[in-house]
Amino acid sequence: MLLGEIFQVALQAIRANKLRSFLTMLGIIIGVGAVITMVALGSGAQKAVQARLEALGPTLLSIYPGQSFRGGIAIDFGQRVSLTVDDADSLAAYARHVKAVVPELTRNQQIKRGGTNANVNIVGTTPNYPAVKNFTVTAGRMFTAGEDEGRRRLAVLGSAIPDMFNANPAGMIGQEIQIRGIPFEIIGVLSSKGSAAGFGNPDEQILIPLQTARYRIMGTDRLRTITVDAASVSQMTLTMIEIERVLRREHKIRPGGENDFQIRNQSDILATFQDTAKTFTYLLAGIATVSLIVGGIGIMNIMLVSVTERTREIGVRKALGATRFNILFQFLVEALVLCLAGGVIGILLGSFGAVALSRLAHWNTSINLLAIVVAFFFSALVGLFFGIWPARRAAALDPIVALRYE
Amino acid sequence: MTAAQAMSFHTGDVPTPDIVILTHHLTREYQMGAEVVHALRGVDIQIKKNEFVAVMGPSGSGKSTLMNLIGCLDTPTNGEYWLNSQKVSDLSDDELARIRNKEIGFVFQTFNLLPRADALHNVELPLIYAGIGAKDRRDRAARSLQQVGLGDRMDHRPNELSGGQRQRVAIARALVNQPSILLADEPTGNLDSATGSEIMALFHELHDTGQTIVLVTHEHDIAAHARRQIHLLDGKLERDERTEATT
Repeated sequence: MLLGEIFQVALQAIRANKLRSFLTMLGIIIGVGAVITMVALGSGAQKAVQARLEALGPTLLSIYPGQSFRGGIAIDFGQRVSLTVDDADSLAAYARHVKAVVPELTRNQQIKRGGTNANVNIVGTTPNYPAVKNFTVTAGRMFTAGEDEGRRRLAVLGSAIPDMFNANPAGMIGQEIQIRGIPFEIIGVLSSKGSAAGFGNPDEQILIPLQTARYRIMGTDRLRTITVDAASVSQMTLTMIEIERVLRREHKIRPGGENDFQIRNQSDILATFQDTAKTFTYLLAGIATVSLIVGGIGIMNIMLVSVTERTREIGVRKALGATRFNILFQFLVEALVLCLAGGVIGILLGSFGAVALSRLAHWNTSINLLAIVVAFFFSALVGLFFGIWPARRAAALDPIVALRYE
Repeated sequence: MTAAQAMSFHTGDVPTPDIVILTHHLTREYQMGAEVVHALRGVDIQIKKNEFVAVMGPSGSGKSTLMNLIGCLDTPTNGEYWLNSQKVSDLSDDELARIRNKEIGFVFQTFNLLPRADALHNVELPLIYAGIGAKDRRDRAARSLQQVGLGDRMDHRPNELSGGQRQRVAIARALVNQPSILLADEPTGNLDSATGSEIMALFHELHDTGQTIVLVTHEHDIAAHARRQIHLLDGKLERDERTEATT
């Protein structure tokens, strides 16, 4: 039997029951479509995170307060769990492999300008913040060390802040903004970094001098984080050991005692994200498998109904010379065509969904070619696996019984 | 004239080339639960080329079983069946499918056309399974439809055709592979008498061009068209007689 004829017959049978065929395919369409969209979201987020981490530079280390986790459980010995401005000063003074230390005293505060309010992160920091963290000051200037020491009320805005007040960045320089009711002079605006999933928006923050933050706004010296720029990439481990030694001495931790801070470098953070991404991928694969199996059972169900309905046709074909293989192949191709059509529609819908999400909701998506290829072959596999049993039943029909079937 | 004048055949013999159908002690038993049903109890029939034979008998006589065996839809429990000098009683499923495709043209009481396919495609079916290319297939199917007088109805689906026309499509389909025998099972059973007569007239035409025809029926008027009548009763050959055709 010629291949073209088999496909023609399969398409004819599918067209003859348009609604039923569509409903049957729906399981595969939804399964494949969901996988394509979710994988696009996952890899989009991953790419954005990676790009941001790479933009930060490979020599940056972040120090966070709090104990390191052991097997996912934080162990608390009742020691102080904090980083202070003094810790930052000690690092700057004693750690020799450190090029720059940027303390960040961060709190969420209300800001006000004219009649408009907003809540943003206020970051009390030192003048080297933009240089270390890869920002540039696009308008105005950064405050100086002297202004920091003098506890001056100066503010450098993140690039998203002017938009909140419907003002242009350059026009805001020299104007006043109130932070926690205290008037500050705007002296600069930073460049944009863009948001990335899992980090909060670095453009929606306001930098103020560290000492101003400590004494005038927050009334505390407890830092959220200290960023350290190591002197060289080749000595990252040495730098980390040195930081650890300085901080343990500052915190008076006895030998054998647990650190009450964590030091992370870029590759640690990257590894964490890659682990998360891997888990996410396994989860997706699980969902995809379940939905495709459910879809496949739907296909098998309909193919069994179809075999029963067309018993007479099978009898006629057998009487006219169709072999078992001819009949088996015909029904298998029909199941395969259903699954592949469902798969292709699912891929198109899923890709469309991913594009729509990035256009309308501004989520990072990246359509994964591998996911498309895998989804396509998986739906073909489902068609073969769930089509073979109904097809075998059709092929095994006794032509005499089939011809008399009412 | 009786069956007695047929050549004598013994196990191990090979029939002469002019004999299209030869059955030798053909037996078919079915297992129905604990009981064994003897549908055929050793039937010996010889049919030569260009014979027009009617197989008759009341229900339960075994004529359907005989038709299934002759049509290679079934295999006998015992005995031999030779079709066109080939012993087909011990062939495999796939070999039987090939024999059905090449040697036998079926005409059924209920036409058994594919409802979604047009007349031309229905007639093409046996050629598809014979592995013949699309163009050749279409030409031969069209010629076959013209032969039964439906040259102008090729693109009609079965539900757009009358009962008589449907049966003509079925006959065109049966003939398209130039089979050794045309095997018709109550071909007029679903038709009114006028249409039935037209179909029988077509059978006569085909017979006149040299076609071997085996007609299974329980209607005497229809059987009377044949030149020979084989009567079955309780799974045995009761009577085998030659008759003058009524036209």
